[in-house]
Amino acid sequence: MSTDRNLIQLITPAGERISHPEFDPWVKDIGDEQLCSLYEDLTVIRRIDVEATALQRQGELGLWPPLLGQEAAQVGSGRALREDDFVFASYRENGVAYCRGVDLTDITRVWRGTASSGWDPYTVNMATPQIIIGAQTLHATGYAMGIQNDGADSVAVTYFGDGATSEGDVNEAMVFAASFQAPVVFFCSNNHWAISEPVRLQSHIQIADRATGFGIPSLRVDGNDVLAVMAATRVALDRARHGGGPTFIEAVTYRMGPHTTADDPTRYRDANELEDWAAKDPIQRVKALLERKGLLTGQVQQHVHDKAEAVAREIRSGCIGMPDPEPMDIFKHVYSAPNSWLDRQQDHYARYLASFGDPAGATSEEGAR
Amino acid sequence: MTQLTFARAINSGLRKSLENDPKVILMGEDIGTLGGVFRVTDGLQKDFGTHRVVDTPLAESAIMGTAVGLAYRGYRPVVEIQFDGFIYPAFDQIVSQVAKLHYRTQGAVKMPITIRVPFGGGIGSPEHHSESPEAYFTHTSGLRVVSVSNPQDAYTVIQQAILSDDPVLYFEPKRRYHDKGEVDEGIDPRTALPMDTARVVAEGTDVTLVAYGPLVKTARDAATAAADEGISIEVIDLRSLAPVDYATVEASVRKTGRLVVTHEAGQSGGLGAEVAASITERCFSHLEAAPVRITGFDIPYPYSKLEMHHLPGLDRILDGVDRALGRPNSLSGLEG
Repeated sequence: MSTDRNLIQLITPAGERISHPEFDPWVKDIGDEQLCSLYEDLTVIRRIDVEATALQRQGELGLWPPLLGQEAAQVGSGRALREDDFVFASYRENGVAYCRGVDLTDITRVWRGTASSGWDPYTVNMATPQIIIGAQTLHATGYAMGIQNDGADSVAVTYFGDGATSEGDVNEAMVFAASFQAPVVFFCSNNHWAISEPVRLQSHIQIADRATGFGIPSLRVDGNDVLAVMAATRVALDRARHGGGPTFIEAVTYRMGPHTTADDPTRYRDANELEDWAAKDPIQRVKALLERKGLLTGQVQQHVHDKAEAVAREIRSGCIGMPDPEPMDIFKHVYSAPNSWLDRQQDHYARYLASFGDPAGATSEEGAR
Repeated sequence: MTQLTFARAINSGLRKSLENDPKVILMGEDIGTLGGVFRVTDGLQKDFGTHRVVDTPLAESAIMGTAVGLAYRGYRPVVEIQFDGFIYPAFDQIVSQVAKLHYRTQGAVKMPITIRVPFGGGIGSPEHHSESPEAYFTHTSGLRVVSVSNPQDAYTVIQQAILSDDPVLYFEPKRRYHDKGEVDEGIDPRTALPMDTARVVAEGTDVTLVAYGPLVKTARDAATAAADEGISIEVIDLRSLAPVDYATVEASVRKTGRLVVTHEAGQSGGLGAEVAASITERCFSHLEAAPVRITGFDIPYPYSKLEMHHLPGLDRILDGVDRALGRPNSLSGLEG
């Protein structure tokens, strides 16, 4: 059995800043102003999540995977990254996407069903959400091997959940990352639930300890502590940048909401558990810390509130104002060069649509290669 | 012109690609120090280094998944799957990622990955070493699938596959690895016959015989044997399995009026079904007989003492040709 490692924690749930000789130096640049900025990020991301959930309930999105409760894990890590680092994430890392500067409308695109994914990965150095559980960890590892070949000092960072650590791809990714000492950070958001399956079903030992068998150093961090997550991520990034190879981070957090808007967690989990975790809320503790430090002025509160509301309005209007795709768009980008099979089907379908006098059919030839 | 074995021709094409583009990187099990279990990559690691010719841990999904990551980074990975029957652990990465990423990202991310797969039987191997899994991949949109039948094509098409911005499955007929042929190594893959075109390798007038990979040689031998009986077979080497160059097949069938398709893979849901259906749709009125499929059976690949019963040979193909021509054949009297 594994040792029950203490969580790395820098801010207690009550909002007390506790010292940690090993990790304090990694966040010594986070002063009052930066702390307020992290508080803003956390609040804005929660507001995005609330708005997107509402949009789903109103029929504007087909589905949404809420990140409620996981804001600190996403902001703490997302804000630790350098612009030239590259992120390979799952579908729940919409907070990381916000940190990377992804356009808010683009975040909703895939959930509204107007595209298979929302943005050009190269504009923000973040791949679009991966739905196959754990598949992206291999992409990150390969990307990191490329960084290594290029002699660059950027890092590939991959996000996944506790359930994903049971997938073969995640285990194979750790084998490759260790063998090639690739500059990749494995960031596991252990939110305790893979839809209805509790983390104890996935692993007999602590998730962080799984990395040990691969020869990958791991950190177990309070995932609801934005500062601790940032410190741990910076440690891992620094190691990767300087040739030290991969690191595995287990951010211990909790999925306060359903798996997706299509899920009903009351069928499988205890309300008491939810209450326990509500007391460890990632935003409340930063708010309490700011209060202790006398930083939570009316002006700061107003600013954060206004920003969150503005972002919510932006995501709503962007989502609702998004034009529907054209029927013939389904044929685009399957291949990067003409393909005789598909070109024929496309041509026949355009003729079919045109046979109704449908303008989509008539204009489709423009889109055709 | 140089005399090269099939395996050596692929090796030479890989070497050219490594020389021409620093972003080309070879990955696979035993491809480095050993030079591959079939020696196809012999000497390449020595000449290009361990960072260009990478011996990987034994995990096919990881080989494919890290190739995806390298492609994201701007590389052109050439992945070797050691044997046909070992590709299935990588199936999810191929079908869910390699094939779909260009579509998923609306063209932003290209997947110029070449997946080399030694395939087919006839070498007396145990289970999982003689399979023909091509139809799984021809059924998957976003992939291009090719199979070569001779050293010259092996040399040229491997380079074309690597140059392609789309992912390409490159099926190598392993029982032909030691066959020799003339190879023009000066040929420019960019101006050579494109890899998505079929080629008429023997002209004929009575029946069109479509083959690819290992069976092209068998088909040509069948055409030679049939000529002795006064039957003129036109043999088409498909070369590209997805997409199939139907224009070339159709032109031939319009001339001969009869179609026989042969492959080692099992019959149901295979390439033969696809070719027969498409040609029937395209030129039904030119057909004088139902298309005939001479294929492997719908069985797991059998133990090697009996594999020659499973693999279409010259005589079975000629029996199929007789059926297409309405001549006496093994099924005479059964057809209605």
